[in-house]
Amino acid sequence: MLEPLTAPLPWYVAGPLIGLVVPLLLLLGGKTFGVSSNLRHLCAAVPVPERWKPRYLRYEWRRTGGWNLVFVLGMAAGGFVAVRLFGMPDAGGHISDATRADLVELGLQQPAGIVPPELFGWDALVTPGGPLLIVVGGFLVGFGARYAGGCTSGHAISGLATFQRASLATVLGFFIGGLVVTFGVLPVVLRLVLR
Amino acid sequence: MSAASRLAHVRDFECQDVEQVPPGQRDEALEAGNRPLALLGYLLVGIGLGVVFVQSEVASWFRIQEMFRFHSFHMYGIIGSAVAVAAIGIRVIQSKGLRTIHGEEIRIVPRDEDGTGLRGRRYWIGGTLFGVGWALLGACPGPIFTLIGSGVTVMLAGLVSAMAGTWAYAALQRHLPH
Repeated sequence: MLEPLTAPLPWYVAGPLIGLVVPLLLLLGGKTFGVSSNLRHLCAAVPVPERWKPRYLRYEWRRTGGWNLVFVLGMAAGGFVAVRLFGMPDAGGHISDATRADLVELGLQQPAGIVPPELFGWDALVTPGGPLLIVVGGFLVGFGARYAGGCTSGHAISGLATFQRASLATVLGFFIGGLVVTFGVLPVVLRLVLR
Repeated sequence: MSAASRLAHVRDFECQDVEQVPPGQRDEALEAGNRPLALLGYLLVGIGLGVVFVQSEVASWFRIQEMFRFHSFHMYGIIGSAVAVAAIGIRVIQSKGLRTIHGEEIRIVPRDEDGTGLRGRRYWIGGTLFGVGWALLGACPGPIFTLIGSGVTVMLAGLVSAMAGTWAYAALQRHLPH
């Protein structure tokens, strides 16, 4: 293992590197950066009879989405590589004091690691609140991303970078939903998971 | 736009990746970039992106919470500079008329094929529902994959749930306002 990083990669390094993905995918094969399409490709790849699938999921997913599935396979491998090389980052220890104080008040004992294990471990799934975070949260990520036609990569990065109004509307929607949950829903849900 | 033509657009969504491409050019667009060298390229770019997602803590629930509480510039700086670099990259590709490594033409076409833009209901409703999910799960689709790789295996349950949400959208699509 290399020297563990004591601070996160600064935004002015990480942001431009992420932004470079857009022209790189275009130059490699004229592809648009958009991760949530893979949720559709994965559904289309589920081995059940075609007539059980809605029309939206009946297409040649290998030909249309093969490249993108290879891309997210890389993203998962990148997560593995990063942790092997540099160790798990301590985001919980790096966040601002104000956020840490808020989270402690919500019941997180000691914010540490990349995600709080008491919320995002398999044990959390059997608490009354855990499925709200992981199952309901995951469901809405998939439903909302396909409804809007893109997620953070497709709309917030690819869409805004090409000055598209549809993407601006979507990103404003992201924040409406996110703020309502952060300030209105999480205080209740965290109590259900952590009690 | 009439209800009938809107439905026609919905039916026309053969695949998200190419739904922005004019129908006549879709076959060509689908074949483009599926060669082995390009596929190796996507894999390597994906690995790099995954490493950056972990090292910059974009994949962290804590950073998402910090963002929605407006307590730090970190996430806004990342998204803002990513958009700026992407926009410059696209501008360079367009102004120089660059082609892919295999010589294919590069097309950049609008995401809203139906031209509804800011008035498109699907963007507001879908975006808001996604935001609710993003704040609950603390991860958007890219980081879901990266977190699974980094050992947060419960995100597999998040991924299956996201697939269930996608399937639900697929089943309900015709009945939803777009």
